[in-house]
Amino acid sequence: MTQATITPDGRQAGPVLMDLRNITLRFGGVTAIKDISFDIREGEIRAIIGPNGAGKSSMLNVISGFYVPQEGEIWFKGYRRGPMKPYEVARLGIARTFQNIALFDGMSVLDNIMTGRLNLMKARIWSQALWWGGAEREEIENREQVEKIIDFLEIQNIRKTPVGRLPYGLKKRVELARALAAEPRILLLDEPMAGMNVEEKEDMCRFILDVNDEFGTTIALIEHDMGVVMDLSDRVVVMDYGRKIGDGTPDEVRSNPEVISAYLGVEHA
Amino acid sequence: MFYREAGDFKTSYRDDGQTFPIRLDRWGYYAVLAVAFLVVPFVIDSYWANAVLVPFLIYAIAAIGLNILTGYAGQVSLGTGGFMAVGAYAVYKLMTAFPGVPIVIHIVLAGAITAVVGMLFGLPSLRIKGFYLAVATLAAQFFLVWLFNKVPWFYNYSASGQINAPERTILGWAVTGPATSASAKYLVCLVFAVVLAWVARNLTRGSVGRKWMAIRDMDIAAEIIGVNPLTAKLSAFAVSSFFVGIAGALLFAVYLGAAEASEAFGINKSFLILFMVIIGGLGSIFGSFAGAAFLVLLPVLLKNVLVAQFGWPTDLAAHIELMIVGALIVFFLIVEPHGLARLWALTKEKLRLWPFPH
Amino acid sequence: MEFLYASEILLNGLMAGVMYALVALGFVLIYKASGVFNYAQGVMALFAAMTLVGIMEGRVPFAHLINAAFGVHVSSFGWTVPGLLAILLTALVMVGLAIVIEKLVLKHLVGQEPIILFMATIGLAWFLEGLGDVMWGADVKMLDVGLPQGISETVETATNNWLGYGFFIDRLDIWATVIAAALVAALVGFSQYTKQGRAMRAVADDHQAALSVGISLRFIWIMVWSIAGFVALVAGIMWGTKSGVQFSLSLIALKALPVLMLGGFTSIPGAIVGGLIIGMGEKLFEYFIGPMVGGATENWFAYVLALIFLVFRPQGLFGERIIERV
Repeated sequence: MTQATITPDGRQAGPVLMDLRNITLRFGGVTAIKDISFDIREGEIRAIIGPNGAGKSSMLNVISGFYVPQEGEIWFKGYRRGPMKPYEVARLGIARTFQNIALFDGMSVLDNIMTGRLNLMKARIWSQALWWGGAEREEIENREQVEKIIDFLEIQNIRKTPVGRLPYGLKKRVELARALAAEPRILLLDEPMAGMNVEEKEDMCRFILDVNDEFGTTIALIEHDMGVVMDLSDRVVVMDYGRKIGDGTPDEVRSNPEVISAYLGVEHA
Repeated sequence: MFYREAGDFKTSYRDDGQTFPIRLDRWGYYAVLAVAFLVVPFVIDSYWANAVLVPFLIYAIAAIGLNILTGYAGQVSLGTGGFMAVGAYAVYKLMTAFPGVPIVIHIVLAGAITAVVGMLFGLPSLRIKGFYLAVATLAAQFFLVWLFNKVPWFYNYSASGQINAPERTILGWAVTGPATSASAKYLVCLVFAVVLAWVARNLTRGSVGRKWMAIRDMDIAAEIIGVNPLTAKLSAFAVSSFFVGIAGALLFAVYLGAAEASEAFGINKSFLILFMVIIGGLGSIFGSFAGAAFLVLLPVLLKNVLVAQFGWPTDLAAHIELMIVGALIVFFLIVEPHGLARLWALTKEKLRLWPFPH
Repeated sequence: MEFLYASEILLNGLMAGVMYALVALGFVLIYKASGVFNYAQGVMALFAAMTLVGIMEGRVPFAHLINAAFGVHVSSFGWTVPGLLAILLTALVMVGLAIVIEKLVLKHLVGQEPIILFMATIGLAWFLEGLGDVMWGADVKMLDVGLPQGISETVETATNNWLGYGFFIDRLDIWATVIAAALVAALVGFSQYTKQGRAMRAVADDHQAALSVGISLRFIWIMVWSIAGFVALVAGIMWGTKSGVQFSLSLIALKALPVLMLGGFTSIPGAIVGGLIIGMGEKLFEYFIGPMVGGATENWFAYVLALIFLVFRPQGLFGERIIERV
C-alpha cells in the first residue's frame, strides 16, 4: 500500500482507498469504458472530467455498483470487491448523489436525509412495530446526527417541507445531505453543480470543500465546469471516448497535450 | 382561532416526532378513543353494528394493510380478497383444530399465516413492476379462491362447502357464533383496529417505513443508497398481508359467521379495498379509516334514501352505487390523488389560520 | 383417438384464444397510443353488447330509472332494429363514449403516473358497468345479429371421413377467427399506411415530439378510444352471441390481462400469440391436469402461467427490453 504523501498544494493525501484496475464496461456492442485504471486516496478530492459521452457517468456507476464491468478489478480498503448489488456497495460506505436529482419526492426533507442513515439503523421490525426497545432511542439518536448535517448545510428552515416543492438548487443540497448522512468513506458526486447559477455553484463548492475539510470525507466527483474542477480537486482523471487520456494534479492535466487537444482544445482552438 | 399551535413549543426530538404534534389534535384523538371505547358499546344496537360499525372497522384494517403495500411501498395489489380468504380459512382451521386456544391467538396466527402466503406471492415483485405486478397479483386472487373452493380439507369436508365459525368466548363473552352480542363484535374489532393502526403508524414513521417509501418514490435510487429491495418489498408484502389476513379472519369469524370463498372473498372485495385506499388517501393511515367509512356508509345511505324513501328497486340502487363509486374514483384521482386524508389536512391548514388567513 | 381428442381440445382452445386476443388487441391499441392501460376494455365490450341488444330490441334507455323516478311503466319503443343498422348505431355510441371519456377523464390525467391512470380506468370500468345496468337492465340478454352458430357439420363430416373422428367445432368460433383476422389486418394496415395511423404511432412514441410537429393529441386519443370501442363491440358481439350478454362478459377483460403480459403490452402480434397460447394452454391444462385437482383450473391457469413467465422474462414475449438508468 502506498505511503501517505503530500500533494503539491500542501494538503495531506492518505493511502490508496480505492483502486480501479483495467476496468472495461460494454453495453451490447458499445464499449463505454475501455481499460481504465486509477486510484482514489484517502481524504482527497478526485475529479473525473471529460467531454460529453466520455464515459464519466458510467465510471461513477461502476464505482457505486450500479453497473458491473465485464473486465477489471475494483479494490476497496485493500480488499478486492467481488460483484455486488448496489445496496451492498452502499453498505461498504460508498454514498453518492445523482446527476438528475434522485430524491424521494413523497417524503419531507428530514425523512429524505434520514434515509441516508438507513444502513446505520439496526432496530428490528418487531421493536419498531411496538415503538419499544431500541426503535425510539435509535430514531432520536439518528435524528441528532441528521440535525448536525442540516445545520452544516444550512437547510434548517426547510426541514419539514416535502422535497417535491423545493427549487432545484436546494434539492441538490438535500441530496448532498442525504449522502453525507450515511457517513460514507467515499462520497461520489455526479455533476454536483450542473444547472446551477453562479451563486449556487459557489455555495456548493464551499460545502464540498467543507465536507472534505471537516469530516475528512474522500470525494470523487464528475463535473463539466473546468474552472470549478481545477480549483476544487487534488487530482484529476481525464476521459475521452471511454479511455483515460490524462491523470494527475490539475496543473499536470492542464499542460497535458492530449488533454488539451481532446477537451480544452475544442474550446481554445 | 380555536385550532392553533401557537405556544406549543417542542423541546426534544421525541416531542417533535410524535403522532399528533398539535395539542388540539391529540385531545381530539383521545376524545374519539374515549367515545369509541366507553360510550359506543353501551348504545350500539345490532343494526348499527352489522350495517356500519363492524364492517367499517374490519375494512379499515384491510385498507391499512393494502395502504402499507400500495400507499407506502408503492406495490399495487389486486389480490387483497384472496389474502383475506387466507386469513379466514386459516382462522377456521385453527379454531376447529385447537378449540382450547384463545380466539385472539388464532386471529393473530391467521394473520401470520397470511403474511407468509403474501410474501410468497410478493416474490415476483422483485422482477416485475407497476401494473405488471398488479396483474400478477390477480394470480393470487384467483388461485387462492379456487384452492379454498376445491380442496375439501380447507372447509373440513362440510357438505355445503361453506365454513362456519364455531362459538368462542373472550373472558366469558361470546365473540363468535350466533349468540354474539352487537357490542362484543364491535369491541373485538375495535381493539384490533386500534392496536393495528398504532402498529402501522409505528412502522411507517421509523426506518422500515422510510425504506418502503424510498422504494415507492424511486426504487433505483433507493437501492443505490443501500435499501435492499428484496427485504423492503417482502417486508411490505408480509406486514400488509398480516393486516389483511386479520381483517379476513375477523370478517369471517366475527362479522359473517359463515363464508364461502368465491362469494365473500372474490375479486370485487379486492377492488373494494383498493377503492377505500384511493378514496381515503394513498399513504395515510387516517385515510384508510376515512376511505373505509366512506365506502361502508355510501351503500347504507343510498339504500336508505333511494330504496326506503323513494321506493326504488334495490338492484337499481346497487347499479347507481356502482356508477357513483366509479365516478368518485376517477374524480379523486383527477382532483386529489391523496384522497380524503389530504382534504382533511388542507381543512386543518385553513383552520390553523382562521379567521386571519393572511 | 386420445391424440385426436386432445387436438380437438387444442383447436377449441385456439378459437377461445382468438377471442382473448380480440380483447387484448383493444388494450394494446390504447396502451400504445396513450400509455393508458385500459382496465375498462372488457366492460366496454359488455357495454357495447348491451347497447347493441338494447337498440336491436328497441328498449327504452334508462327504463328502470324512469320507471322508478316517475312511477311509469315504460320498457320498449315497440320497434326492432335490424342487426347491421344497430351495429352502426352502437359504433356511434362508442365513438360518443370515447369523446366523453377524453373530455372528462383523460384530458385531466395527462402526465400522471401510469399506475394512477390504470386505477382511473378501474373506476371507469365500475362506472360503465353501473351505467350499462342502469341504461339497459342487468338481465341476461340474448344476442343474435345473424352470425351462424352451432356445430359445423362440414368440419365434422370432413374430419370424420379423413381421420375417422369427427371434430366438434362451433361455426361461431370459425367466424370469430375469420373476423378477428380481418380486423387485425385492417388495424395493421390503418396504422402503417394512413396519415392518422402514422400520427397515432408518433403519439405512441413521444407525446411531446408529436405535439411539436402539430399532431393533435386529443384527436388521436379520441380516435384510438373509438377504435378500441369498436374492437370492444366486435368482441362483445362474439362473446355475447356465444354465451349471452351478461356481467361475466366483462371478466374476459381480466383474461386478456395475462394474454398481454405474455405478449408484451406494446405488440399487436404479441397480443395474438399470447391469446392463442393462453387459450390452448388453459384448455389442455384443464383436460390433462384438471381432473386430478378438482377442475375449474381455467379460473387461474392464465394468471399463474403469466406470473411464472414474467418472473423469467419481465418484458413479455415481444416487448422491448427495459434498460434501467440513473
